[in-house]
Amino acid sequence: MKLSTYNFLTSKSIRGVKVGYPLKLVVSKQDEVEAEFNPTFIERLLPKLEWSTVYLSAEVVGLQEDIPKEFSDDIVSNQDVLQKLHHLLLEVDILEGQLECPETGRVFPIKDGIPNMLLNEDEV
Amino acid sequence: MARMKLRKLEEYLQGVEGFEYPKIEYEQYVTPSHIASCMVYEIQTKFDDIENKMVCDLGSGCGMLSIASFLLGANLTIGFELDIDAIDIFRRNVTEMELPSVDCIQCDVLKDIENSRFVNNFDTVILNPPFGTKNNTGMDIRFLEAAVQLSNNSVYSLHKTSTRDFIRRRASEWGVKPEVVAKLRYNLESSYKFHKQKSVDIEVDVWKVDVSDKEI
Repeated sequence: MKLSTYNFLTSKSIRGVKVGYPLKLVVSKQDEVEAEFNPTFIERLLPKLEWSTVYLSAEVVGLQEDIPKEFSDDIVSNQDVLQKLHHLLLEVDILEGQLECPETGRVFPIKDGIPNMLLNEDEV
Repeated sequence: MARMKLRKLEEYLQGVEGFEYPKIEYEQYVTPSHIASCMVYEIQTKFDDIENKMVCDLGSGCGMLSIASFLLGANLTIGFELDIDAIDIFRRNVTEMELPSVDCIQCDVLKDIENSRFVNNFDTVILNPPFGTKNNTGMDIRFLEAAVQLSNNSVYSLHKTSTRDFIRRRASEWGVKPEVVAKLRYNLESSYKFHKQKSVDIEVDVWKVDVSDKEI
C-alpha cells in the first residue's frame, strides 16, 4: 500500500463514527519500489490529498525531514520537494501493519501490502 | 515513457494469472487478455485517459485491467476488490511483474460509497463489472453508478449489448454522457461447471461515460 492510497482511507462507514480520519498507521514491514517521477502528476495529486496526513505518514516512515510541515504554494514549484513527495507517496510501500480508527480503535490489518477495510454486518 | 505497442501489451497480459477457483456468486471470470489490451489501448490512444492519470479498477479481480493501465503509463492505479482469493492472485501478478504503482484495497465499494474520500478523485475509472445475470440482477448498474461517483472525468465499462437502452436511461438520470465506443463478442470460456456448451459467445459493448457534468 502506497502512502498516497493511505491518504484516502477512512473508517467513517463504522456505525456511530463521525469523521474516522486520519486512520492511525502502524507499520511493521515496509519496502521501497522505484517508480517513474512525473512532477505534473504529483502537482495534480496534491490538491486531492490531506496535507496533515501526508506529513503524518512521513513521520511514521521516518521521512518527516523531507516534507514541510505546513503546505504552501511554493511546494509545487520546488522540484526537489516534489521529488521527495514522489518518493514518499509512490515509492514507499507498506507491506505489513495496521490502520486504526481514531474514534473506536477498530483495527484494519494490512497484509501483503493490502489493507483490509471490510466491516462486519454488525459494525455498519 | 514511450508507449507500448498493442501487440506487446497483449503479450504481457497473456502472462497474467487468472482465478484458480472462480466464484459464481461474484460472477468471476478473467477479462480475456485480448479484450483487456484492446480496451485499455483504445482508452489511451483515442482518449488519452490512462497515461499520467490516477486510475481506479473497480472490482479488480486478478488485476488484468490494473496491469494494463500501469503498462500504458498510469501514474497510480488502485484496484478495489472484495474477494481475498482474487486479491491474492492480484498481488502475486503485480509482484511477479514488478509493477511499482499498482495498489489494491480489500473493500466493499458498493456499500456506503458516499463516505469514501475517493469520490471524485480518480481521473479514470475502468471496470469489467459482473454482468448482473444469475442471482446478481442489477449488479452491473450498481458498479457503474459507483464508478461514476468515483471519477471526475471518464468511466470505461463493459456491459452486455442487451442492456444498452437501460444504461442510457440510468445515465441520463445521473446527468452523465454515455457512448458506446466499441462492440465485441465476448467468449466466456466454460469457467463454471454448469456451462453445458464448451464456450458461450455474448455481445458486449465498451462504454465511455463522460462524467464531467454528473449530478450524483
